[in-house]
Amino acid sequence: MEILDEVKKDFIRDLIAKGKRPDERAFDDYRQITIEKGAIPSAEGSARVHMGQTQVLVGIKMDTGTPFADRPEEGVLATNAELLPMASPTFEPGPPSAESIELARVVDRGIRSSNAVDLPSLFIEPEKVWMTFVDIYVLDHDGNMLDAAALAAMAAIENCRMPKFEDGKVVRGEYAGPLKIGNRCVTCTFAKVGSAMLLDPSFDEEKAMDARITIATTPDYVCAVQKGCAGGFTRDEVLSLVDASFKKGNDLRALL
Amino acid sequence: MKLIVDGKRLDGRSLSDLRTPLAIRAGVLNKADGSAYIEWGNNKILAAVYGPKECIPRHDINPYKAVVRCRYAMSPFASFEEHGRTGPNRRSREISKVIQEVFENVILAEQFPKTAIDIFIEVLQADGGTRVAGLTAAAVALADAGIPMKDVVAGIAAGKIDGQIAVDFGKYEDNFGESDMPFAISLRTGEILLFQMDGMLTKDEIAKAIDMAFEGAKKVNELQVKALKARYVEKEEKGAAPAPGIPPQEPASAEQPPQPAEGQEQPY
Repeated sequence: MEILDEVKKDFIRDLIAKGKRPDERAFDDYRQITIEKGAIPSAEGSARVHMGQTQVLVGIKMDTGTPFADRPEEGVLATNAELLPMASPTFEPGPPSAESIELARVVDRGIRSSNAVDLPSLFIEPEKVWMTFVDIYVLDHDGNMLDAAALAAMAAIENCRMPKFEDGKVVRGEYAGPLKIGNRCVTCTFAKVGSAMLLDPSFDEEKAMDARITIATTPDYVCAVQKGCAGGFTRDEVLSLVDASFKKGNDLRALL
Repeated sequence: MKLIVDGKRLDGRSLSDLRTPLAIRAGVLNKADGSAYIEWGNNKILAAVYGPKECIPRHDINPYKAVVRCRYAMSPFASFEEHGRTGPNRRSREISKVIQEVFENVILAEQFPKTAIDIFIEVLQADGGTRVAGLTAAAVALADAGIPMKDVVAGIAAGKIDGQIAVDFGKYEDNFGESDMPFAISLRTGEILLFQMDGMLTKDEIAKAIDMAFEGAKKVNELQVKALKARYVEKEEKGAAPAPGIPPQEPASAEQPPQPAEGQEQPY
């Protein structure tokens, strides 16, 4: 129990009840976002995203392997998230926390549902397909890791090159062209504080929130949803946030 | 694979029908403070609650309220496919987290500072929608344990199959459908406490799925209340007699789902 967090939480809730955010953003504003594609050249695809002070790096490595038995003609997509202990005093070294598993699985669900990575194009021959390993590294945590991670993942997918495959072997360092992409999926995360809905919550706002909802969209469809924390949302709240996610999602896609 | 033929689903249900059987029984375990067993379609799930009790490890203690913890797990023999793995995996860890958050909302945890309330959900047989069936049983188990709550939360899944919005998917509909949205709903407050989704849906489809889920949740909630009332009648008659246990099974047919509709009882 962090006493300072409790005091700050009350302060932030009061402020938001008066219609203000600690950093004076509008409720439906993102912090400043920068996307740096190809940040790590050793990876087949990579991107680093700054969302305010939150910093997430995604690296994609590709390898060959056997397909899943129920999808023999499709490549494999595997998403993992590491909440580095350097990113926040609340992250500890050790086995993955429920938080990191949720982060990876929600990003994965958006990519998978929207067919952001065209998995059928990753078929090589019977029993041999491309495996795409998307690794999310949270470097600095100042709130809303989810949107930063999903954006970095999508940017890294767009940046990803297929390694050259010759005589049954992967030729490292040589590339056969870009990874085939389907839809472009981004997520919008809202924190519910009292009755206010805050887009892109900061670390302090997350401490004060009652509930969180992440809505992943393509230009035309919602492709994943995840509600988090103890609080709830009514039907009408959900539907108005779906509208906001389509609108703000287009802004994010314009940055990619 | 066609999932809807002539407006009927594989097991003969309409789009808004819930699966049968849908039966809940409260107080099925001896040692647990509260417990429940649910059969929903081919799901067979046990839920148990321990607490409020001493919070161990002590560093988890919250001085203001009870810590609510949840473990959702699936047995290695739960599916009709190959042997599963025991122990937690990434899927079960995520599900445990979102179910825990549902009960953090409804349990009046402030009444029990410095304690822990443990919720255990064991999926013995799985047939799609295990997380919502599990949390439906867990809500009954919590009430059976006498833990004060704002509401008895009902679980229900909605989604899209063959281009149509429907509720309560069996395994085949889950696997071959286009979208799956598990919900936990508090009918008293009208709030959605668990909400996940995959697949591709428009806003109108989401609105329709939410509306159908609320309708379905009413039916689920009726059965939860019925199970709790039956438990009280039992307690009245036998005192705090040993729990009745899981009812014995009629000899199970080796038949795999989906089963033909004829000869079955009417969908709920």
